[in-house]
Amino acid sequence: MLKTRVIPTLLIRDVNLVKGPAFDSWRAIGAPMQSVKVFNRREVDELILLDIAATPAGRGPDIDMVAMLAQECFVPLTVGGGITQLDDIRQLLLVGADKVSINSAAYATPELIRAASEAYGAQCIVAALDYRTHANGQRECYSRCGTVATGRGPVEWAKELENLGAGEIQVTSIERDSMMEGYDLQTIADIAAAVSVPVIASGGAGSYDDMVQAIKVGASAVSAASIYLFTQATPLEAKAHLAAAGIPVRNHVPG
Amino acid sequence: MTVLIVDYGMGNIASARRAIEECGGRVFVSDDPLGIRDADRIVLPGVSAFPLAMARLREAGWVEALRSAVREDGLPLLGLCLGMQLLADESDEGIRTQGLGLIPGRVERVIPSNSSELVPHVGWNEVHHRNDPLFEGIPSGADFYFVHSYHFVPKDSVSIAATTPYAGELVCAVRQGNVAGVQFHPEKSSRAGFRLLKNFLAL
Repeated sequence: MLKTRVIPTLLIRDVNLVKGPAFDSWRAIGAPMQSVKVFNRREVDELILLDIAATPAGRGPDIDMVAMLAQECFVPLTVGGGITQLDDIRQLLLVGADKVSINSAAYATPELIRAASEAYGAQCIVAALDYRTHANGQRECYSRCGTVATGRGPVEWAKELENLGAGEIQVTSIERDSMMEGYDLQTIADIAAAVSVPVIASGGAGSYDDMVQAIKVGASAVSAASIYLFTQATPLEAKAHLAAAGIPVRNHVPG
Repeated sequence: MTVLIVDYGMGNIASARRAIEECGGRVFVSDDPLGIRDADRIVLPGVSAFPLAMARLREAGWVEALRSAVREDGLPLLGLCLGMQLLADESDEGIRTQGLGLIPGRVERVIPSNSSELVPHVGWNEVHHRNDPLFEGIPSGADFYFVHSYHFVPKDSVSIAATTPYAGELVCAVRQGNVAGVQFHPEKSSRAGFRLLKNFLAL
């Protein structure tokens, strides 16, 4: 049986500002490097790295940084942030990404998703969808790290992403992100019901139970960041909790 | 043990390279089929779509070079993910495209057998093997990492080395003599995956 994935997401910002000789740039990525090493040692199911500074800064992915981080990573790695063209994807795969995550560029040039899917296969292309819920209950997708309203509803946009060729959709509630008060289950359920590709729940996990709930409403995987960085929670414990709730998780091979 | 990783401009070369080095192989990556002369083993990686990958392999002269390396020189070859699918006679992905034809069979889209199964098939799933030397020391049912929308349907069941319980029962490893392929990513499947790569180096 296919196992439910528990995925730490690492957000990286501004680490390239102090780039210099190899040792300096290594130091600049010290914190993410440490996290990658820890999650690698713990054999997490998958890891998502998002460079959230790239798009606002108007630059592409930091290939050197990804290369260094990937060097320490023997678990499946998805990399996002600043991807606007096919060549970004090619370079990321060459240095060690297994999948890429595309967010802002999909609104500006939906054809990128289609072209990427044709070139690399849908399974390689994760579409990241960030949305806010307005006071009137309307939901709207935002691009460029939550700064630009797109006029798109998340369910409609998720369907379009699937049609364009996205192989997975990572759904993040902007308000809930980092709040550790639980995922937006309604939207996860709505999107999972509307598409037939895997949905990765993201934004707001504060407990293992939140993860169980997201799976129960249709998510194929649960992503979280804060809970692993700011609490004692670990992906392994999360999986034990999921297993206790009857959700299949991956067996680790001892030794 | 010198392992040639075939670079056709699209694969996840770095992942495969690091994992094989971790497993004790000496790796060189080559975009030139002449590199085969120095190889004891060949690894054909792949994160890409079938038609484009075959076009690249053909342009660079790999198709004939790989065929003669495995058929005439008997070099062991391992295809990873798309690299496994490329071993087939043909694929339905996008437009129907001829493959390397090293293991008889064809590549078809994964068709879910129930509403809870999605495509792509992404994540960790059990691999039930048939005591093939590639799986020496790996418990049958160990989880490996998959990410794919198409799968290899071998013509001859003798070449099936392992299956995974998805969309009915997908063939996830094939071997015919010195040519083998796995649909999952051993380079991303932690210890079980490393064991498989070590087994390949020891074939």
